[in-house]
This record gives sequence, structure tokens and C-alpha cells, in this order.
Amino acid sequence: MSRPEFQAPPEIYYGDTEAKKYTHNTRNQAIQAEMTDRALELLNLPEGQPALLLDIGCGSGLSGEILDEEGYTWVGLDIAPSMLEVALEREVEGDLFLHDIGQGLGFRPGSFDGAISISVLQWLCNADTTSPTSSPPARLTRFFTSLHAALTRSARAVFQFYPQSDDQVTLITSIAMRCGFEGGLVVDYPNSQKAKKFFLCLFAGGGESSGGARRKVEIPK
Amino acid sequence: MVRLITHNLLACHAKGCTTNNFPLAFRDVQLENREAEYNPEFLKGFMPKIEWNALVSTARELGDVSLPAECPEPGTETDEFLHALHHVLMEIHVEEGSMVCPNCQHVYRISNGIPNMLLAEHEIK
Ligand SMILES: [Zn+2]
Repeated sequence: MSRPEFQAPPEIYYGDTEAKKYTHNTRNQAIQAEMTDRALELLNLPEGQPALLLDIGCGSGLSGEILDEEGYTWVGLDIAPSMLEVALEREVEGDLFLHDIGQGLGFRPGSFDGAISISVLQWLCNADTTSPTSSPPARLTRFFTSLHAALTRSARAVFQFYPQSDDQVTLITSIAMRCGFEGGLVVDYPNSQKAKKFFLCLFAGGGESSGGARRKVEIPK
Repeated sequence: MVRLITHNLLACHAKGCTTNNFPLAFRDVQLENREAEYNPEFLKGFMPKIEWNALVSTARELGDVSLPAECPEPGTETDEFLHALHHVLMEIHVEEGSMVCPNCQHVYRISNGIPNMLLAEHEIK
């Protein structure tokens, strides 16, 4: 079966039926929970301190429910209205926004203490290319620039995603670095074709503000 | 579920809209109060991020006059103040209506508690 992001844009692919199916599938729930936990681990937030987080591509709130359980306050963005409807039904605590992250975010500088994103980045690379504003590099640049601004200086952003190719990883990572981020790719279970998971870990600080010391990305599990 | 905690962070992101694009003005709103868990530590941590004048004026527009005009200095917050702040930031939900950019007049509609932040092609940076 071809990958969902090749079939239709997310707001079409995740229509009412697909949104419900996706959310109520227990295997999806378990995988989402596991990836959210791992993303939180990589986010490395200060122990016991409350934080305001951004959930990029929050969907039906499967990751948000975990943020709720962990006691975080969060804001969720998604482009698929049907997914957000399901999130409302599930009564998640976060504020939800219908938003195309490829258009750039509209938050004041330093708003969020961290960001997570589960299974979303690859969608950003599948934009229709009929207009210059919707080319993948244009969308990625708007997204990463505005995300970098919206984060506090010490914040991280962790993206679990399903890269389609090495070229795509390079494209995404190089644009993120150009937009001011540091960091890199963490691969969990690198030797298992099935269990392999990619996490792009970005640090908003860096440069002068972090005292010039480049922090290292965690080694894979 | 637009609460003032997120409204206070939101600025217009339409093309060319970089000044006077905050705060977005609420229009024709329907409000709902929903109790939220009181977390004074979170509030104190969030306070440095608040644009205070915008928060006070927006709360007043929505009918809540409990916040003082000046934000208390860190460490001097009373319980009464923190409870008022908690209510304003976390418990007032804007369910219907719209948010209008004071600069470019872009209208972000709120339906069923969800604001539509999508821009038209010509509004994208
Ligand atoms: Zn504007």
C-alpha cells in the first residue's frame, strides 16, 4: 500500500471516517503513546517544572492526552478538521487550532517551552507544487523560522517522522539549521526495518546564547 | 477552546503583517466557563511571557474586571491575584466568534471553539 501522504493532502486523507478509524485503532494508540513518551524524553524538560508545549499536528489528541496525563499545558495545531472534531469529542485539555504549519506559525516570540510532533513532518514535504509559496522548501522555511521564534531560548522541538528518503532527511535538516536550530537525527532501533523510528531533535538556543558550546544529540537506544 | 492564555500569545501571521498585529480583537463572541485545575506554579512560570496590558484589556472586553492594571512584581503575587489570573487565563473559553487583526483586519473565525488560522494564497509570506 502506498504511504498516506502520497494519496491525498492530510485534511482530505483524514476525513471523518479515517479520523475516527485512526483514533480508535488500539495499535495506533499504543504506537502513538510510545512515540509521544519518547519525544517527551528527548525534549528533556526540567524536572518538576510546569511547561507550556506546542503539539504540532496534534490530530485527534492521542499525543495530547499523554501531555495532559503528564501535567503539561499545551496548544495543538492540525490541518485536518475531522481530526480536531475527534479531539473535541475526546475532551482533551489543550487549545486546538485549525492551522497549516507550512503557512508559518503566528505566535509571539518565546511563547513555548518545547514542541513535539508525531508523524507529521513528512506531510509537509508533499505539498502541491503549482505555486512557489507551496513548494516544500518554502513551506519548511516558513514553518521552521516561525517555530524557532515561538520557542524560548532553551527549548527543544522533537519530531517523530517517517522520512521518505535520505534526501528528504537532508532537506528537512538543512532548512531547520538555516532557520537557526541546532541538533540532528536520532534513530531508535536502527537495525529493525519494522521498529525503526526517526526523531529529529532541534534545539532553539545555540550560537552565542548557549555559550558557544554545542550540545550533543543523544545516542540511539 | 480559545482561552486567553493562548490568545495572549497569538499574533497575526499574514503576509506583511509585522507591526500592530497583536492582540487580535475578539468580535461577537460566545463564552463558556469551564473549571480547570489550579496550578499556581504554572501561573508564576507563565507570568513573564504575558503581555499584561493586552491581557487586562482583553479580559475586560470579555466582561472580567478582576485583574489589576499593573502586573504584580515577581514574588509579590497574592493568592487572590493568582486565582483571578487562573480564571482569566485558563477557564474562560471563547466558543464562537472571531478574532480580527488590528493591522490588516484579517478575520480568524472561531467555530466550535476552534479558530481557523488558515490563510488565503495571497496572504502567505
Ligand atoms: Zn494582520
